[in-house]
Amino acid sequence: MRRGISIAAAVTVIALSATACGGSDDNASSKPKDPKDVSGTITYWDTSDAANEAPAYKALISEFEAKYPKIKVNYQNVPFTDVEQKFKSAAKSGKGAPDVVRTDVGLMAEYASLGYIAPLDGTAALKDTSDFNTGPMNTAKYNGKTYGVPSVTDTLALLYNKDLLKKAGISKPPATWDEFIADSKTIKKKTGAYGTYLNPDAYFLLPLLYSNGADMAQPSEKKITISDAAAVKALTTAKQINDEASMKVDFANAYQNMQTAFKNGKVAMLVQGPWSVGDDLTGKAFKGKESNLGYAPVPAGEGGKAQAPTGGHNLAVYQGSGNLDASYLFTQFMTSTKSQVTIAEKTGTLPTRKSAYTDKVTSDAKIAGFKPILEQTARPRVALPQVGSLFTPLAQNYVKILQGDTSVKSGLDATAKEFQKLLPGYSIG
Amino acid sequence: MTTAASPGQTDKTARGEKSPRPARVSALRRSWEKHWYAWAMVTPVAVVIAVLVLYPLGYGIYQSLTDANESNVASTIGAFHRPATYRFVGLDNYWHVLSGADSDFYPRLVWTILWTVSCVALQVGLGMGLAVLLNREMRLRGFYRAMLILPWAVPSFIGVFAWRLMLNSQYGVFNEIITAFGLPEQNWLGTPMAQKIAVIMVNVWIGIPFNMVAVLGGLQSIPKELYEAAEMDGASPWQRFVNVTLPGLRPVTNTVILLGCIWTFNMFNVIYLLLGNNTTGDTDILVTFAFRKAFTGISDYAGAATYGIIILALLMAFSTFYRRSTLKSEQA
Repeated sequence: MRRGISIAAAVTVIALSATACGGSDDNASSKPKDPKDVSGTITYWDTSDAANEAPAYKALISEFEAKYPKIKVNYQNVPFTDVEQKFKSAAKSGKGAPDVVRTDVGLMAEYASLGYIAPLDGTAALKDTSDFNTGPMNTAKYNGKTYGVPSVTDTLALLYNKDLLKKAGISKPPATWDEFIADSKTIKKKTGAYGTYLNPDAYFLLPLLYSNGADMAQPSEKKITISDAAAVKALTTAKQINDEASMKVDFANAYQNMQTAFKNGKVAMLVQGPWSVGDDLTGKAFKGKESNLGYAPVPAGEGGKAQAPTGGHNLAVYQGSGNLDASYLFTQFMTSTKSQVTIAEKTGTLPTRKSAYTDKVTSDAKIAGFKPILEQTARPRVALPQVGSLFTPLAQNYVKILQGDTSVKSGLDATAKEFQKLLPGYSIG
Repeated sequence: MTTAASPGQTDKTARGEKSPRPARVSALRRSWEKHWYAWAMVTPVAVVIAVLVLYPLGYGIYQSLTDANESNVASTIGAFHRPATYRFVGLDNYWHVLSGADSDFYPRLVWTILWTVSCVALQVGLGMGLAVLLNREMRLRGFYRAMLILPWAVPSFIGVFAWRLMLNSQYGVFNEIITAFGLPEQNWLGTPMAQKIAVIMVNVWIGIPFNMVAVLGGLQSIPKELYEAAEMDGASPWQRFVNVTLPGLRPVTNTVILLGCIWTFNMFNVIYLLLGNNTTGDTDILVTFAFRKAFTGISDYAGAATYGIIILALLMAFSTFYRRSTLKSEQA
């Protein structure tokens, strides 16, 4: 049985490399290969919300199939939380892997370094690259090559309940974390609602780190920076927010609880992303009065600059795809201006192309609210393949710090030590 | 045998002096001739076990002796080729874990043992109590039995999520009930200690039905005459329980405890699903810890395999000693 598998694998590998060689020869000799001649079936793994967003993507796929009648697309919706492990195990074994996969920007470096996704420079997948906003475009790059095509983008911002702020006598949302804490106390005193609900997830800690000039690591200098003075300052502020500004955090149910509290008017301000707005609008604080929801950049830290991580999704092509040409065409089609406009209009997610911000797209309050924030405060995350593993020790020590089990400094020192196990050759400093 | 002792003995020694081999071979051949069909029947199972159990196990042991991870094993995907660059490191991984150098193993082991002992003790104890209660004639007995089996019928991940909703400190039903009585709100999953109590509680809830059903079966196999005789001798209900019921249940409880220990030691769902990802890591038992090694970010194959083999070794050692001691006590 084992030998059967390895023979089959060997045969496919030989066949694949033969076709790959053949393909590149073809491309070299007759570069402008007519896209209309590309045929076959490709599989696309979508991670958009199955109920609210997937229909828009499915409609686009029908358009694609109408435009390229010889290509069939097999659409599969994979939950966002499962896709990393599912894709990695399929990609490794080559069995059941998709040809095109919608990938969180935070996973690009990992997939690319492991050879799971194909470099796209010079292929049909990348078209009019100067039209992409630089933030999202940078998330697709790893070691100087482009491994994905930006599809949608997002960042963290300060969402706030305008009524509650007005009731508390606060004229504009806080611009610094100190103001954020002070305003929270005022809101609690004047309205009874809490200022905020701290999300103990490590991703939501990034704005605090960035705005204090801290980061998890510095790859160019091979340094782990999570325990430096700036990071200590950031975590001290986080602890202060937890103790003085936030509704009591339920660690096991934090995300759901902060959403429920915010949308029902029990909490005035949240550090959140655009994906949560649809849910906010179902709660009694915002239902039917969408204008009550305010958008502001995340507060600024010590150095006076406000920064938040660039999120979103890129389309990536599986390195072992049996039909790279069709995959490139599909990726190009799904990230074209026209498709991005359709996706933005139907799902309210933010496009990555400048030309896709049409008047109709920006008439959506959320997109209009997030567009300037993206331009002002979004920045790339550190592009390390190990970044997914780094989040575990950071998250665990962050929770310990918030719960008061350990001091900020010793919690971060422990984190740095764990980082060192994951980043060989890095020094702490 | 006794009558033909001397010729038999001389025959044996004579053959033994020549060489023991042919005797064994002929014995083998005889057993093959007699039992070949049994061997034929066993072959498919043996092959399946070899492929599904022994091969992965052997591969796991091999990986635990290397420093393999997702970024240094050989890989060929389409145009991408990466040769294997991992090294054989001997027992380094085991030394690293068992010497306490990774500072994770012993805290996880202590909590895993505490978790296993408290879960199994409560599951078996409460299961036995309920079984004794339900082993009498009473109204609605079938209904009670059905209700008590319910936690077993619910897929465990659904049960665990239901508990997570109920234990929610802000929107959960438990806090609504206790605040209705004027008691202060509790953060049920708020600290590592509270989380540990919560996971034990949920796992006991899940485990009681199995123990109850097993013990009920055991109770019904204890002969009624023993109770009658004990009653005649003037034994109190408690004496009857201790001297008749408990010894009569021993074959069942021994097995149930062994199974319970192995299952609980490796119970993944409850801890992983009830607590989510925002934990301090203190509530991880050995399996959930190994899972995080293997399935977050770039997989650490060697580290996870090392933990897997250590878990296997611990359970094998436990089962062996447990079986031996129970066998001894059953014979006594």
